[in-house]
Formats: sequence, C-alpha cells, structure tokens
Amino acid sequence: MSDLETFRSETREWLEANCPAEMREPVRDEGDVYWGGRKATFKNDAQKSWFEACVAKGYTVPAWPKEYGGAGLSAPEAKVLREEMSRIGARPPLSSFGIWMLGPALLQFGTEGQKQRFLNEIARGEIRWCQGYSEPGSGSDLVSMQTFGEDKGDHWIVNGQKVWTSYADEADWIFCLVRTDKENKYQGITFMLFDMESEGAATKPIKLISGNSPFCETFFDNVKVPKSYGEDCPGYVGEINRGWDVAKYLLGHEREMISGAGGGDRTSAIGAAMKRHAGKTGDDLDPVFRAELAMFDVDALAYGAMGEKFLDEIKVGKAHPAQPNMMKYAGTELNKRRHELMMSAGGSRSLEWESETTDGGKPSRNWLRTKANSIEGGTSEVMLNVISKRILDLPGA
Amino acid sequence: MPLYHNEDQAMLADTATSFMAEEGNIAKQLRHWRDRDCKDGFGHGLWKQMAEELGVTGILVSEEDGGLGMGHVEAGIVLEEIGRNLTPSPFLTSSVLAATALNHGSSDLKGRYLPGLLQGDSVFAVAIDETAKHRPSRIAMRAEKSGNGFKLTGSKSFVIHGASSDMIVVAARTSGSDDDEDGVTLFAVPKDAAHMNHDPVRLVDSSVATHTKFDGVELDGDAVIGEVDGGREILDAMLRAGRVGAAAEGVGVARGAMDMTIDYLKQRKQFGKLIGEFQALQHRASHLYSEVEIARAAVIKAQQLLDAGAESAELMSSVAKAKVSRTAGLAVKEGVQMHGGIGMTDEYDIGLYMKRDRALQEFLGDAYFHANRVAELSGY
Repeated sequence: MSDLETFRSETREWLEANCPAEMREPVRDEGDVYWGGRKATFKNDAQKSWFEACVAKGYTVPAWPKEYGGAGLSAPEAKVLREEMSRIGARPPLSSFGIWMLGPALLQFGTEGQKQRFLNEIARGEIRWCQGYSEPGSGSDLVSMQTFGEDKGDHWIVNGQKVWTSYADEADWIFCLVRTDKENKYQGITFMLFDMESEGAATKPIKLISGNSPFCETFFDNVKVPKSYGEDCPGYVGEINRGWDVAKYLLGHEREMISGAGGGDRTSAIGAAMKRHAGKTGDDLDPVFRAELAMFDVDALAYGAMGEKFLDEIKVGKAHPAQPNMMKYAGTELNKRRHELMMSAGGSRSLEWESETTDGGKPSRNWLRTKANSIEGGTSEVMLNVISKRILDLPGA
Repeated sequence: MPLYHNEDQAMLADTATSFMAEEGNIAKQLRHWRDRDCKDGFGHGLWKQMAEELGVTGILVSEEDGGLGMGHVEAGIVLEEIGRNLTPSPFLTSSVLAATALNHGSSDLKGRYLPGLLQGDSVFAVAIDETAKHRPSRIAMRAEKSGNGFKLTGSKSFVIHGASSDMIVVAARTSGSDDDEDGVTLFAVPKDAAHMNHDPVRLVDSSVATHTKFDGVELDGDAVIGEVDGGREILDAMLRAGRVGAAAEGVGVARGAMDMTIDYLKQRKQFGKLIGEFQALQHRASHLYSEVEIARAAVIKAQQLLDAGAESAELMSSVAKAKVSRTAGLAVKEGVQMHGGIGMTDEYDIGLYMKRDRALQEFLGDAYFHANRVAELSGY
C-alpha cells in the first residue's frame, strides 16, 4: 500500500471515530456554521466535540505547519482529507476569515512572531477576524480608499469608515487597509491588525434585500493602533505603506473562496435534486425547464472539473497568477444561475418569506443573497477587466 | 491524479504541437486539399508521416499488438493540435474509434487490420448513424445469418472518410427490434465488399462523408468484432472514446479561433484605437477565455476517468462533449463577429474554424443530445 493509501485508510478511520453523525448532515442555517472567537457558543455537543477533535489533530487548518496549529499535511494528503470529508458529508469544523484570508497572508508576509501568535489563535478558533477593505466611496475602485492612520511614533490614530465588513459585529479583531500616505496611491496603504474592542471602533449591521444582515458598516473614530504587539509581532502585515501588495495577494484568495473552487454545493449538478423536489410536491418538470437544468448541470459539472484542475495547478505553481479572477467570475455567475433555477423549481412555495415549510424563507433569501456573489470581492465586470489585462494582455485594459 | 499533463504527456504535447503546426497547418493541408477538390478530403502523405515521424496512429493500440499502449489523455493531445490546425485527418475515426473496436476484436481481425493502421497505410471509418441526428440507441440496419456468415442490409449516413477507408466498422442488428439495447453486432467491413455503395458528399468543413447503402453485403463470420449480439458494449466504448476525442479536437478548434481573434484585437485599428481597447470587446473575449478554460478542464477530467475505467466516465464524456460544443461554438461565432467584414471572407482562416466547429459539434452527438444524456444519466 502506498503512503497515500495508508493515509487515506487512517483518515477514514479517524473520521469514523471522531465526526459525529449530526456533523455529517448538510449545513441548514447560520447556526450550523461554527465561526469561533471570543463570543462564540456551540449549537450542540456534536459541534463542540467535532471542533475539539479537529483542533487537537490540526484539522481546522490541515495544510498549515504543525507549529502554527495545523497538521502539516502535504498537498496530496490535504486533497485526500478533503475527499474523505466530502465522502461522508462532514461539515467544516471551523469557518473563518482567519483561515481563508488572514492566515494565507501571514504565511506569505508575516513575521515568525505574528505567525506564532495569530495563526495559532486562528487554528484554535480563539479569535474571529473580519476584513476592512471597502469604503462608501471605494467599491470596485478599492485603492481610492480614504480611511487614514496618522503616524504618532509608536502608534497610529485611525479615522474613517469601512463598509461591507462581513460579521464585523461578531468579530474580535480586524485586518484593515488604512491609508498612511496621502501622496502615494498604491504605495501609501498599510495592512493593519487591531482589536475591534479598541476605543472608537463601532459597527452597524446593514439590512440586505434578503432580510439578513451579514455585513456591517464599521466606523473608526480616533482608534489607536499600536505599531507593535511585542517582540517580532508588528501591528501590520508586510511593510508600512506596502499593504496593497498584501491586499492584492489576499484578493486572490477571496476570489478563490467566493468562486467555491474545490467543489462543494456551488459547483455540483442540481437536476436530480430538482426532479426529486418536484416529485414530492406533485409537480412535473416542464420540458423546457428540464432542458435548462440539463444545460446548467453540464456547466456545473464542467466547472467542478475546472475547480479541481485549478487547485491541482495552483499547488505546483502551474496556474496563471490571475486565474482566480476567472474562477471567481465563472463560479459566481454559475451560482446565481443555480439559484434562479431553484426558485423556478420551487414555484410559488419558494416565494414564501416567512413560513415553516421554507424554514423562514430560505429559498428566496438564499436566492437574493447570491446576487451579491458577483459584486463582493470584485464585481464580475472587474474580473473581466483583470482577465483582459493580465491574461489576454489586451491593449489599454 | 492531478488534472494536468505529466512530464511524458507534456513532452508529447510539445512534439505534437510543433509537428502539426509545421506539417498539418491550414495552408499545407486544409486549403491545399480543398482547393484541389480532393476526393478524400485529407492527405495520405500526412497520415503516413503521422505514423512514421510522430508515431501516433497506434496510440490506443496495446504495445503487445505493436501500438503505443497509451490512453485518451495522450490521444487527446494529438487531437487538440489537429483541432487547432483544422488538419483534415483520419486520426479520430481510425486511431480512436476503429482502434477501440479492434482492441475488442479477435487476434485474426487485429492481424488483418492493425499493421496497416500502425504503418499509416490504412484508413478506417465508422458507420453508426442512420438518421441525420445521432441516435445510436436505435439501430435498424439488419445483419442476417447467411451460411457461415452474415448478410447486411440497410443504410448509414455521416460516415466520415467512408469512401476513402480500407475498412468500416459497422453497427448492425442481429436480433431484436430497432430500439433494443441488445442484439447489436459490430462488423469490420472491408472496402471491396460487394453490394456496398457509397454516395460521397462534401460537407461544410470540406471533409467528405458518405451515405452508404448495404444491399445484402455478404460477410464471413470472422468479420464480427467481439461476440454476435454483444456489440452494444463495444459500441458504447467506441462512443465514449470518440466523443471525448471529438471534444479534445473541439477544444483545439476553440483555442485556435480564440487565439486568432485575440491577436486580431491587438492589430486592428478603428476610431484611432486598437479595437482590443474597447471594453465591449474585452469583456466578451475574457468571457470566452473563461469558457474555454472550463471546457478544457472538463475534457481532461473525462479523459482521465476514461483511462481509469471509472464508471463516471460515461457522464463526464457527455459533459465534455456538450460543454465543448457550446464553447467552441461561442469561440467561432465571437471570432467571426470580432473580425468584422474580413471574418466573412474566404481569405481569412477564422471562417474555416466556424465550418469545422459546426461539423465537429454534430459528430457523435451535439450539445442538446449530450445535455439530455447528462439529465438521463442523472435520473431526470
């Protein structure tokens, strides 16, 4: 048996022993997702025991080095773990912007001291992070941001406003783009890290068309941000005034994340499920609807292969550096189509905004939520601009 | 297995790319034969070169039988370059479809036909379709027992290279009724078989296909490929191989058309600007790029599943064929539109891509056929 096969059978056994049955059910609502952090509570014992088993094994962040709370898995091992988890439908033990975004940025740009402290906190689910990028006047044109940090020697005084900060009201710390040089557009931004309980930091949830409020406006009124949190642990990532490099790197990760690269619901076929659903409600699939479903499934299954190929290529440095923009564009457009079809499949029932049968209007709220997919993290139009410029090398792009 | 080419495959891709660009290019092959009104629609010289210099005509034939013993990923590498150069070639029908059938055949049949294939002296065709749309579930053509052999009666269409082939793999019915799953038998019909009549017709892409009539074509029992009444399984294997192969060729067509179009956007000036500066065109080009990347991924996934003998290869081969048909269709339509007026002229190659794509879309099932199949295989 090869090492990888041994690893697979060990992983299978470990999952069998440690992943409770409840944690193999599909995620139904926000309460089923464990985000960690100082304010976090577990929904039930199963969620707690699954989370704790994964922390002990390093499986909240399996590919991170062991000294930072990971399991130090190689790329092929991590793929095996993903496959085995998806085979039994295991939920992620911990979801967080720390894992998806700040972690990769620190692994790339952080100091040893920052990695020791922040990565371990993320891996153990102790600190929940949020991301401060967009501002009211800076959406697609992110680099025009105005939130300013005045240099006061060993700290900055930060003033300004961020918007679309995901779960800022529930987060403990923020990684935040702050202008530290007004003369220099690209090389005048610093990637700061600070506590959301700092004096002068405030959040206000934004109510969306889905009726939910996953995003906040975030205000900074003379917030003091230290330049250092101790030896070898600066209060910013990378260099001062070079935060745009970190942000660009991270945007790549955000685009991968939103695009759903690597599989999961967003890339899978839906025709069979829609047929079962229609069967249950006594409806038939209209032939033209069935045809659209089939065309969607072709695109979704092809995109699933693309996600797999993209992950394989990124691991060995074969992917074009701008390829995440393509993945994000195609993945989000696909997801919007998916929910349009799901709304049609549900008929008048999927219009119900508050009812028990729809679990509080899930179909319509989820459908509306997907409309943000192609806006957040860079609009589809911006993605197409980036592809034009960086991949196709078109003039003036 | 990672979804990219390993070192050996990357080397084969390099070799195939330069060989086809040098020897199989549009001026040297497609236009050359088309402008001479060649009755075959392809050049036998290049076929011989593909056997002797590139050595790939037996790519799917086992090493034991003198071939390369490679898989569909490797065959797809050659096909993508054929697609990119619009090379008229019997590779898909001979080295992929017929070879897959012969791999299931008796050692006698292999001995009769494989040497010619390996040496680039023989060309093979497949006769599956009986109607203008691909419906392999319905096979009406009859093969009746006659003495020690069979008598074939019926007609086939869209037999690519039919009149130029040394042997045609024919799917006929030895029992049951037209729509039965069982009762199908495959025959290797030699070109000089009596009472087989080809009506050749040139297609939009300058290839030549035949409507072929079988008026009691008598064959010996040893012309049967595999078992009598047991042809469906082999036919399905041929179809999977052929569809994934056609999809690989389609990716080549799409990439060729896309590359040519993007080059044009960087050269053509209007309103004092390069037209590639216009965002209206940039976004469409970028959307196309995205679709072509996804189609390629679907194809390599299908190839790998096929090589691994996975059950899901059936589903993925239809996903790949449907996705590529749509994507290559988009590539050539955008290509002609973005070239503007010259895209409509015979002098420019972009129109040739449009014609080739249309023929390839139809071959072994178009996007509608395969999307429907994806639905059926998924249980809806």
